[in-house]
Amino acid sequence: MGIIIDRRLNGKNKSTVNRQRFLDRYRKHIKKAVSEAVNKRSITDVESGSQVTIPTKDLSEPFFRHGQGGRYKQVHPGNKEFISGDRIKRPNGGQGQGSGQGKAGNSGDGMDEFSFQINHEEFLNHMFDDLELPNLVRKQLQDATEFKMKNAGFTSQGSPDRLNIIRSLKSAHARRIALGGGARKEVKALKRKLRELEVSAEITDTEEVEQLQIRIKELNNKLKKLPFIDDFDLKYNNMVKVPCPSNKAVMFCVMDVSGSMTQEIKDMAKRFFILLYLFLQRNYKQIEVVFIRHHTAAKEVDEDDFFYSRETGGTIVSSALEMTRDIIDDRYSPNDWNIYVAQASDGDNWEGDSSVCSKILTEQIMSKVQYFSYVEITDRAHQNLWREYESLGDQFPDQFAMEQIKTPNDIYQVFRRLFEKKETA
Amino acid sequence: MSEERKPISTDSEWTFELIEEYDKELARLADRFRLDTYPNQIEVISSEQMMDAYSSTGMPLMYNHWSFGKQFLHTQQNYEQGHMGLAYEIVINSNPCIAYLMEENTMTMQALVLAHASYGHNSFFKGNYLFRTWTDADSIIDYLMFAKKYVAECEEKYGVEAVEDIMDACHALMNQGVNRYKRPRPLSAAKEREMQEDRAEYIQRTLNDIWSTIPKTEEKEESKIKRFPEDPEENILYFLEKNAPLLEIWQRELLRIVRKVAQYYYPQRQTQVMNEGWATFWHYTLLHELYDEGKVTEGFMLEFLHSHSSVIYQPPFDSPHYSGINPYTLGYCMFMDIKRICEDPTEEDKHWFPDIAGSDWLETLHFAMTNFKDESFILQFLSPKVMRDLRLFSIFDDEGKSYLEVNAIHDEPGYKEVRESLAAQYNLGNREPNIQIYDVDVRGDRTLTLRHYQHESRPLEKTTTDELLKHIHKLWQFDVKLDSVADEKVGKSFMCPEKK
Repeated sequence: MGIIIDRRLNGKNKSTVNRQRFLDRYRKHIKKAVSEAVNKRSITDVESGSQVTIPTKDLSEPFFRHGQGGRYKQVHPGNKEFISGDRIKRPNGGQGQGSGQGKAGNSGDGMDEFSFQINHEEFLNHMFDDLELPNLVRKQLQDATEFKMKNAGFTSQGSPDRLNIIRSLKSAHARRIALGGGARKEVKALKRKLRELEVSAEITDTEEVEQLQIRIKELNNKLKKLPFIDDFDLKYNNMVKVPCPSNKAVMFCVMDVSGSMTQEIKDMAKRFFILLYLFLQRNYKQIEVVFIRHHTAAKEVDEDDFFYSRETGGTIVSSALEMTRDIIDDRYSPNDWNIYVAQASDGDNWEGDSSVCSKILTEQIMSKVQYFSYVEITDRAHQNLWREYESLGDQFPDQFAMEQIKTPNDIYQVFRRLFEKKETA
Repeated sequence: MSEERKPISTDSEWTFELIEEYDKELARLADRFRLDTYPNQIEVISSEQMMDAYSSTGMPLMYNHWSFGKQFLHTQQNYEQGHMGLAYEIVINSNPCIAYLMEENTMTMQALVLAHASYGHNSFFKGNYLFRTWTDADSIIDYLMFAKKYVAECEEKYGVEAVEDIMDACHALMNQGVNRYKRPRPLSAAKEREMQEDRAEYIQRTLNDIWSTIPKTEEKEESKIKRFPEDPEENILYFLEKNAPLLEIWQRELLRIVRKVAQYYYPQRQTQVMNEGWATFWHYTLLHELYDEGKVTEGFMLEFLHSHSSVIYQPPFDSPHYSGINPYTLGYCMFMDIKRICEDPTEEDKHWFPDIAGSDWLETLHFAMTNFKDESFILQFLSPKVMRDLRLFSIFDDEGKSYLEVNAIHDEPGYKEVRESLAAQYNLGNREPNIQIYDVDVRGDRTLTLRHYQHESRPLEKTTTDELLKHIHKLWQFDVKLDSVADEKVGKSFMCPEKK
């Protein structure tokens, strides 16, 4: 006979520490797997974790063991047609003969790769490891224009729609008990006395009886006058306004779709946007994405059109910036929204427009946005837009960043550099 | 049975009351068959907890190490993708004997597990001579508690990385960390801690003894320089713990912990076939007994037999599922066969097993369970009938020849040969390379020399050996050399660090 114990309620995550140790140890591999996955993802697919695969040889736990060669005898079951003395061709590489390891190697020998799943959280953690948005201001509490009403106990003043009935009646009840207690007790006592008088053998003293009855009546009247509910009893739910930080962000994806932008360049730009999106998603509860594409004129489009529709024509960057500005003014008040702008282009712009861009940015956009990032996807020499933007970088060192991307491999690095922790000087 | 059948349960849902009821019945039957067990502690756990248990080598508590995390991820991945079911049970050689039941199991499975683990394995742990000699069921949990705490303290003091460095090396040498001939003393956690402190002090005082023999150049001793150690030492972890010149006290203690754990598992590695065979034989016997008494239904038996037969399924060698001989099958068949030989011997049996043919089967079975390990058990009891039933054949692979040869099959001239090769297969000494500490260059550069005594001229696997030397080097911290020796001649040599 044994003892039976229900252990199901005990913690089930005993292995968490060991799991974490393992992940830490293979951080390098996991990072690599994560950055590969990022390149393949679509912008909408950010909720899942990822499969990580590590070559077994990198995480082997070696034991002394025999290699191929020498003399072995091995017993197998299930003989069908062999008789003693039969000769069999040696299977290639000696694999088929299971030279003593088929049995001993229960810890996964023979597997070429070890794969496992990391969850969403870990996936992103690895991706954003030691990254931080520059000037990431969750809007300062005092600036916050958004408030939430929160329950904060009860008050005795308020508007009728906040009346708390239970509290009010409770307090009325208490008041009635408190005020009527004495009288009620006396009535009780008097009544008992009256009854005693009525049933006593002696001749009843009518006068005394009468007096008692009057007194009882008096007291009862007094009790009746106690109001059932009084203004004094009313209790109201108290609500207070709590400022809450703005949790919303809007991200503007601005991209040049003129003839000079090939699909390859667009794909690279897409990665860049995805990464920004993922990053915002991690920091804000609600994110909206606005896609603006432009050639000589700008247009707000949906994601599909943004990445895949084809356009031709020249390039006027300022049109897109103007549109961005207009949309911000229209729909995304900087008081409510954290605004991020990501612009991708191959660097082409119509001569003479670049200075306009710079002007719009400095005067009308930069003051409203948290961050403006620009990537130039090209391997040619920089053109006037880049030079124009460079001066912006000096003006807004914390809010403005730009990088050049040459190959798809640069993307992740560029992203990192764009959002690297700025050391607080 | 003519009595009216009164099954304990008719439903597949289990309850604690029913488990208790089954346990009571099984205990009664086990007693009848003289199964002597440690008290049982039956713990019901969820599948997640089962995965946790899996990845800490089945123990309820274990020090932390990344390799357990790796094991966990592996298990989790396979389980969640449906590649693998979890074992129905894990049982721990401790006193009381802890057996885990998974909550997902049906009533039938729980009863099966109870019979298998709490009575089968449990009585094996208590009875078999290897377990009696080598492990101490009373103190293992205590010891692990000490180990876990000690490792955690070290991690706190010296950093996780420093501890893992040592642990990795120790784990790699785990199989070389057991005493094969000396019985270790049983220790409780409290005593262990006390001793640990004494040890620390003692080592500090005496460690440098072997180095203190500063070369006495005047006395010319060229003639006979004694080797150190004088006799080769097979317990590499033990040798390093006691003699590695630069290890810190706490590092030595870690070596010791891994050594102790390895020692605890040593009997299990040598009795896999017997242990599983014994437990399977008894769950089969006990549950049939219950059926005969009318305590379980036919539906129960069908479900039980279904899972029993998948446990003892042996795929033939040419099946894609084949991965060596199934220890459950071999062990179960042998125990069943011993019973048959006792009860109903044929002429052949009388010829092969004159001692046990016709003897009391229960007596004989207990004798076999108590006094053997896999190797000797097979050598002693594998009968021609079992070889025929499993259609065993032996393959001889000689590097020098271009073909493999079937050197014996399940026929009259082959029985002995098959039996001997199968037994040899379960001899850990053949399975694992025989590696021993041979010499230390005490007067020179402290090079540690190990020797691999080759068996059947089988070489060491190159990459893992190189890795292993690195691990030994990490502990020894001076040059390490490994020579493969066959017929007193040194063959291949490994060095760490490698010679340029």
